Amino acid sequence: MSRLQVVSGKGGTGKTTVAAALALALATEGKRTLLVEVEGRQGIAQLFETEALPYEERKIAIAPGGGEVYALAIDPELALLDYLQMFYKLGSAGRALRKLGAIDFATTIAPGLRDVLLTGKACEAVRRKDRDGRFAYDYVVMDAPPTGRITRFLNVNDEVAGLAKIGPIHNQAQAVMRVLKSPETAVHLVALLEEMPVQETADGISELRAARLPVGRVIVNMVRPRVLDTADLELLGAVPRSSVARALSSAGLGGARRGGHAERLVDPLLAQAEEYAERHTLEAEQRAVLADLGLPLHELPLLTEGMDLAGLYELAKELREQGVS
Amino acid sequence: MSRRPEPAQAHDPAARHHLAPTRTLDIDPLIDDPDIRIVVCCGSGGVGKTTTAAALGLRAAERGRKVVVLTIDPARRLAQSMGIDSLDNIPRRVKGIDDSAGGELHAMMLDMKRTFDEIVEAHADPERAAAILGNPFYQSLSAGFAGTQEYMAMEKLGQLRSRDEWDLIVVDTPPSRSALDFLDAPKRLGSFLDGKLIRVLLAPAKVGGRAGMKFLNVGMSMMTGALGKVLGGQLLKDVQTFVAAMDSMFGGFRTRADATYQLLQAPGTAFLVVAAPERDALREAAYFVERLAEEDMPLAGLVLNRVHGSGADRLSAERALAAAENLEDSRIVDQENGKAGLRNSPDTYGSSDSSAQDVPDGGSPATADDTGAGDAEADVKAAAERSVDRLTAGLLRLHAERMHLLSREQRTRDRFTALHPEVAVTEVAALPGDVHDLAGLRDIGDRLAAHRPELPGTPEATA
Repeated sequence: MSRLQVVSGKGGTGKTTVAAALALALATEGKRTLLVEVEGRQGIAQLFETEALPYEERKIAIAPGGGEVYALAIDPELALLDYLQMFYKLGSAGRALRKLGAIDFATTIAPGLRDVLLTGKACEAVRRKDRDGRFAYDYVVMDAPPTGRITRFLNVNDEVAGLAKIGPIHNQAQAVMRVLKSPETAVHLVALLEEMPVQETADGISELRAARLPVGRVIVNMVRPRVLDTADLELLGAVPRSSVARALSSAGLGGARRGGHAERLVDPLLAQAEEYAERHTLEAEQRAVLADLGLPLHELPLLTEGMDLAGLYELAKELREQGVS
Repeated sequence: MSRRPEPAQAHDPAARHHLAPTRTLDIDPLIDDPDIRIVVCCGSGGVGKTTTAAALGLRAAERGRKVVVLTIDPARRLAQSMGIDSLDNIPRRVKGIDDSAGGELHAMMLDMKRTFDEIVEAHADPERAAAILGNPFYQSLSAGFAGTQEYMAMEKLGQLRSRDEWDLIVVDTPPSRSALDFLDAPKRLGSFLDGKLIRVLLAPAKVGGRAGMKFLNVGMSMMTGALGKVLGGQLLKDVQTFVAAMDSMFGGFRTRADATYQLLQAPGTAFLVVAAPERDALREAAYFVERLAEEDMPLAGLVLNRVHGSGADRLSAERALAAAENLEDSRIVDQENGKAGLRNSPDTYGSSDSSAQDVPDGGSPATADDTGAGDAEADVKAAAERSVDRLTAGLLRLHAERMHLLSREQRTRDRFTALHPEVAVTEVAALPGDVHDLAGLRDIGDRLAAHRPELPGTPEATA
């Protein structure tokens, strides 16, 4: 099992939620995972219902069985100062650089530097060992940028390596790239059973593969429960309205005659069922497209009560049961 | 549009089963207004921003305006629906629209590298332009780093506007990590490009490399020294060459960023914040509304996509579930008395052992013709009834789910309305599938302009 698990997905697919659930799922049996956020959105803090995360690894959850989840929101500016301090002991020069706008420049605009710092920090956590020579974290899970940007984000080290042909950034980028392109890393994509997210997932996978980045799993999020089965759907097209009205009436919902309470429910209920049927067909098509990608496919249910901490544990359990951890 | 504080009566818990905005956003007066020249659609990723922009553009064009839609990163089939499957940075006329009102629709996809190249080509002499375009630092900068896309989108908007060829420009904003990036990035890039740092970087190159260092004060040389250490000598040299070559253009960048910014604040611009009735999307929308107010950007309102409704919203989830259970219970009761053993339905065939009658699973009436006996006929009828009961129970469960969804959407909505009662809202009913043709976009346009979401096949809608 790869120790660096990168989670990406189209915007709105719930990749932060899936990343967090994965970190929880991987933290079973006394294991320790680090959940890393790179986009400064504080999505992890919101999900775990805690205050905003500082640039510091801190414990945010205990997994069933005693595992621990740590979280880190990487701030690229602080990461750069960190990095400068670590390698160059720049001290006051670092502060001066910041004043000058160099840090801002380096982390906002400079080609790929920001991304090297973000991925570099995650890779550092992957390789870090404690005094006994054991890995500080069993797994590092990264809540990564969306599918449209993921390949560039991870591959930017290559771009930087091309740009800075020698020098410290070059070396750092090379080191990071070695981790990212090794089996130590797996990039998972979160999808929904809808056309655009599925298309984007397929495109993202081709791009990742072309860049020779290791693709892991496809996780379909927010899968709606099956309410009507095949027999129901077949009957839906043929059923007389009056029979449905009678059934509704017998269930205690009023009169079945024309204009009766039950009778007036028939049309809207059937319309909702038609929508369901249409969506069901579309979902089946999209599921088939995803299956063709040749990657392990997992499905997480739509939580009817909306996403909260309890839901997160539920999803983690689901991932464990599906053998993701 | 001015902020008009109103009592937050939409936060009334009694108004439960349908979404009731405090103020309704009227799309048609907005897109028909000849003074409105730019509509910017912004919001977080995955809320249907691009689709909204395209649908608005189409609607405005079919109502007689000459429109261009600037999209950033459209889904392939959406782009195809407007006939722009190639990324060439030039507005293309969209065919197949209803132009009886005299309007036109053009669409383009932003090619940010091309846009950047064009700026360089337009503002530098050919020799210098070639030097810049060939510089490795420039190549990575223009190929898309944080900020470039946002900057170029705004740059393109400025260009389109200054050509004054269109009545209305509809802009989709880049799928940024944060919805706010596109407001910040141009300024940041602008301030970088003519900031202090540039002058430091520029200094050694201008005075002739290392020899010039002695003219700089100690602090400066320490700075370039530190930069050299961090970036590596070769990269620093590329940056310096780039900066030297761009020197003449720097003032231009700041000026252009400022001009675009002012264009966004002008009364001819209207911002639409796009969201879906989900917690995260509406949280981002709320940030955006606040940010636009801070920056004096004219907010027209909120487009709330994918809103669900129900034609049967007077039937509560609880009653629907209870009724579904009733139907399911009565089936079990049926099974326990008398002839129930002969009845087959997909979920009970295991327990109701098939007797002499060879009724296939599913108990479809058509397959039971050969049974002949009146008893069997009754069984067939009962089986059909049971199937209908089953289906009806399913319909009720589906409805209960819909009602739960509705109340969740309502809660999320209420939270937003409580924070921003002044924001006008238009709702767009959820569609089961994606949009990939003009008819689909037209449908979305109709939904955008309708004051209440129209639900397919449900005359009662959410009145």
